Amino acid sequence: MLIRRIAAGALGLLLLAGAGLAVAEPTPARQKELVHMVRQDCGSCHGMTLQGGLGPALLPAALADKPAEGLVATIIGGRPGTAMPPWHRFLAEDEAQWIVARLMEGFPK
Amino acid sequence: MRTVLYLLGLIATAILLAACGSVAVREGGSAVPLRGTGDLGLVIERASGHVTLVNTSSREAYARIGGLGDLSHASVVYSRDARYAYVFGRDGGLTKLDLLEARIVNRVMQSGNAIGGSISQDGRIVVAQNYTPGGIKAFDADTLELLSEVPAEYAPGQFSKVVGLADVPGNKFAYALFDGGEIWVSDFSDPKRPVTARYPAGRQPYDGLVTPNGRHYLAGLFGEDGVALLDLWQPEKGVQRILDKYGKGEEKLPVFKMPHLRGWSVAAGRAWLPAIGRHEVLVADASTWMETARVAVKGQPVFVMASPDGRQIWVNFAFPDNGWVQVIDTLSGQVVQTLQPGKAVLHMEFTPRGEAVWISARDDNRIVIYDTRSFLRIGSLAAEAPSGIFFTSRAARIGF
Ligand code: HEC
Repeated sequence: MLIRRIAAGALGLLLLAGAGLAVAEPTPARQKELVHMVRQDCGSCHGMTLQGGLGPALLPAALADKPAEGLVATIIGGRPGTAMPPWHRFLAEDEAQWIVARLMEGFPK
Repeated sequence: MRTVLYLLGLIATAILLAACGSVAVREGGSAVPLRGTGDLGLVIERASGHVTLVNTSSREAYARIGGLGDLSHASVVYSRDARYAYVFGRDGGLTKLDLLEARIVNRVMQSGNAIGGSISQDGRIVVAQNYTPGGIKAFDADTLELLSEVPAEYAPGQFSKVVGLADVPGNKFAYALFDGGEIWVSDFSDPKRPVTARYPAGRQPYDGLVTPNGRHYLAGLFGEDGVALLDLWQPEKGVQRILDKYGKGEEKLPVFKMPHLRGWSVAAGRAWLPAIGRHEVLVADASTWMETARVAVKGQPVFVMASPDGRQIWVNFAFPDNGWVQVIDTLSGQVVQTLQPGKAVLHMEFTPRGEAVWISARDDNRIVIYDTRSFLRIGSLAAEAPSGIFFTSRAARIGF
């Protein structure tokens, strides 16, 4: 698990270095886990349908004007002083990037 | 599915009709066997907009009802005759269900984003608490017709998310404003013209509870270390801060899910409350409100629930410790059991007198039932991504 994460992270870095914005795609199995996590665990604050709750809506229209890197940083590091916690223990940076990209285009079911 | 249930219902009714005389005949001809609702309840199936109706005596499901909309973070209150359930959906849907006939009797869309509701002391008003637009709305419990609303406008043009709504004696409702940092008490003696009093409470109250006697309203604070306490018998004294600085200035651990508060936290003369950002249950004397102890637990507590007799406190936890449940003995103040009921434990509910507890394990699609004395599993039910479990014994309790 950890090794896979590190490997994925390293691969992500390589790809980032090589191809600008391209990031490593999580494996299909991991993508499934990430979708479940966002809908269920992020959903406890942002709503299962991501229309917002204690935390703001994470729908494409709500995120459209926001730079992706900032959103990735929010997910990884949280926002101190607010209820948004840091997720770096559970998400690698490239996974957060994948989540943000999916959020911005409409999150899978 | 519906038709099958309907047919089953018809067959069951026919058998019962034939077997015994004790049936009531409704207008229109169909007959319902006479029974009480004291051992009934329902389970929210959050992902699919269904509820499963359950019987805590036979430990079985007896019906399933769909079409309730977005039920993530849904909550339920009961009419005072414990026959009707009011289900508050995340999407603002308010649905009235009949537990005996196992059907929806009414449904309205009341707001865009809701997180719960409550029912008045006299049972005539149901009130929904909303995130957007922030505020509360009162409905006629019979017809679900809108009676009045109180927008949570804490400063000109600024609306707050409302949390911690609880009914309190006098047909009043107490609630807290997450963004506004206040506790409000609205008096619905005249349901169309509520009168609201405001009390500054502290930064970011995340949920609230009223003690079982209806006297004290407590709001847990997220933005500060402490709990805001309002004595509803003498509200003019304002909010008192209890468990102040329980974090002792130490850095908080991240909170991956907000804890929930309700009047079940009072047991054995003490209040048992989740600490925020600490793996602890805080204990305060329920007459002096001084901290008396802390109990170290496995994770960030979400629900800290006393058994009906007050002997045990059952605790579940936020992600990533949400596979565990721990039990504290209120006499010794020690954790006496650590259980693994399943994946993603979201909620626990005691049977009316507490011989058993029902626990939802969302990612196992299962409700697991434990005996509270032996801690053995005594049953289980299939349910799709179950979250809240609500038994009709709530109908008679203040603050539920
Ligand atoms: C305990 C509650 C909570 C949980 C759980 C939570 N968030 Fe948040 N999140 C918030 C809050 C509150 C904010 C707004 C912070 C602020 O006021 O700036 C936020 C902000 C955000 C933002 C920035 C939105 C914007 O418009 O700037 C993103 C992106 C985000 N969260 C993603 C996530 C993801 C992904 C997860 C799960 C891995 C998650 N959140 C879990 C509470 C939460």
